[in-house]
Amino acid sequence: MFQYRPMPAEHEPLHASFTLEYAYTRSTGPVVGRFLTGLRDRRIEGVKTREGRVLVPPAEYDPETGEATEDFVEVGSAGVVQTWSWVAEPLPKHPLQRPFAWALIQLDGADTGFLHAVDAGDESQMSTGMRVRVRWAEETKGFITDIACFEPDSNEARA
Amino acid sequence: MRDVAVISFAQAKNVRDAGAVNEVEIIMPVVAEAIAQSGLARSEIDFTCSGSSDYLQGAPFAFVMALDGAGAWPPISESHVEMDAAWALYESWVKIQSGHADSALIYGFSKASSGKLREVLNLQLDPYCVAPLGIDSVSLAALQARALLEKSAYSEKDFAEVAVRNRANAKNNPKAQLAGDYSVDEILAEPCLVSPLRKHDCAPISDGASVIVIAAGDIARRVCKRPAWIRGIDHRIEPHSLGARDLTVSASTRLAAEKAGVNQGPIDIAELHAPFTHQELILRDALQLKDDVEINPSGGALAGNPMMTAGLSRIGEAASRIISGQANRGVAHATSGPCLQQNLVCVLEGE
Amino acid sequence: MSEPITQIVTPTSLDYTFTAGGATERFLRGLKDGKILGQRCPKCQLVIVPARGACARCGVPTEDDVELADTGTMTTYTIVHIPVPGSDVKPPFVAATIFLDGADIGLFHLVHEVSLDKIRPGMRVKASWKPQEDWGFSLTNIRYFVPLDEPDVDVTELERRIAHA
Repeated sequence: MFQYRPMPAEHEPLHASFTLEYAYTRSTGPVVGRFLTGLRDRRIEGVKTREGRVLVPPAEYDPETGEATEDFVEVGSAGVVQTWSWVAEPLPKHPLQRPFAWALIQLDGADTGFLHAVDAGDESQMSTGMRVRVRWAEETKGFITDIACFEPDSNEARA
Repeated sequence: MRDVAVISFAQAKNVRDAGAVNEVEIIMPVVAEAIAQSGLARSEIDFTCSGSSDYLQGAPFAFVMALDGAGAWPPISESHVEMDAAWALYESWVKIQSGHADSALIYGFSKASSGKLREVLNLQLDPYCVAPLGIDSVSLAALQARALLEKSAYSEKDFAEVAVRNRANAKNNPKAQLAGDYSVDEILAEPCLVSPLRKHDCAPISDGASVIVIAAGDIARRVCKRPAWIRGIDHRIEPHSLGARDLTVSASTRLAAEKAGVNQGPIDIAELHAPFTHQELILRDALQLKDDVEINPSGGALAGNPMMTAGLSRIGEAASRIISGQANRGVAHATSGPCLQQNLVCVLEGE
Repeated sequence: MSEPITQIVTPTSLDYTFTAGGATERFLRGLKDGKILGQRCPKCQLVIVPARGACARCGVPTEDDVELADTGTMTTYTIVHIPVPGSDVKPPFVAATIFLDGADIGLFHLVHEVSLDKIRPGMRVKASWKPQEDWGFSLTNIRYFVPLDEPDVDVTELERRIAHA
């Protein structure tokens, strides 16, 4: 079978480092646009399917039936962890640069899991079923990171 | 339906960093080997279809450059999917079914070593509400792994057993990147990479390429003593919103398996594209495989996972065991997207 | 109240380390020494530059390096009147396809030191190299090509040879 001749051993392969950047401007459409507008105002809105399920983040259609979704509904800024993973060593692009959890969070009044980070300090503080609440960014601008992260909900009264 | 069979499979050795070779130099020897094995001349192959993603090596239109590895003169009939090349095989199969081709060459490749794979795979996520969070592929899989641990009878020990078996099987695969004898206890003693996943639960990052040649009825019979007939092939996709899915099951695999007729006969071997140990468990259940089915004799994606072609390699690994007579009826699976979002199932059988 | 959100900017930035590959690396190392290396296809015998380790037409590996002259024939060109973002080449300038003597595929480069109304297909050109101390592993070691005082070449003849290879 054909083999390319090996590189001479006396030098390292030539290499060049570069950074590719894509700053796309995306149209949100009315549904995601309304959700992001809500975030800017520190409010989380989901959308109701015809069957009455509440999707957060909202989608233009019901992923189960393909039918258009209907009314927007405000959901709580706190909820329950459905599943989580613990990042002991954050990557540079992660939202927190200290150990943290990723979680799917069912916000109060929602029927789907909402993906975000949880600043829990230590893995032992995380558990499925725990309550967490939003920590808003200092400045909101209509972007998913207007939610800085979630944090364990110290006010367990509603649980 | 036309009878279509896999008649040849070849792959490059899976390596962490192919370093000094470019994608053409990775692909070309493998294409040459697959064509030589097929018994067809290059000029006799009607259609060429590839799977790759330019983001992996960071070179726009790299898939066009990669065509040098297959040769495109006189002008060839060609197509490309920005997915695992298993889907390029599906497109080729459809092309043959349509009567517009009688044979096809399918290849997939990646040189993921150029970039940071965990970050690159972020780009396949919802660009509004998920990708900007910066979540990576391992963190997403770990969410699925925890959900499975908590909603099923599986334990981390079961995950480790999957790793041990695949890496042991890989000892017989000269193209494997990771192979060897490990013990469950040894693996469970490791720290987590992204809890609950340990390093051994994750497929390695690989550079590589693989190539399959398929042909219709008479051609396959003429050039191949024992073609691996594609008895059924189907692929299904689930909603992109992770929070709207039940991550502990694979509804798309289950439906694809039903459509492809997996359980219309006994299965000897299964090659499952599970880049994470827990995903093999989910897939085994979705395919309703019996306990006597040999799973991943090649070592699977845990032994080597060149993005965009590890799924095609699963079809090739299953087919080559049928072509050689080691197996009679097998199922191959390929996945794409986060947490088993899209799944392809292919049933292969000897004469 | 402020306007509803209708658009967002989603910045993406990815870091890569690129390696050229065997054939391209030899091409780049050749340039560092002031040489232009092509490769001959063992099947159609055409000489390809820059080499990538494969004949794109035949789909076969290429391994035989061929040193090429730094003179050639310009076959086609365009005169660029707008600045190219990120480039310090000032318009108007000529971007051209040049068949180096000994090569069977065109190399893209710039042609300078010619009045724009004199430029024509078939013109003979020669590389204008940077001073040797500035040479790197790059085709930019050649600043551009300049006209050569030689009779024009019949481009159709050149194209015919390649088409029938």
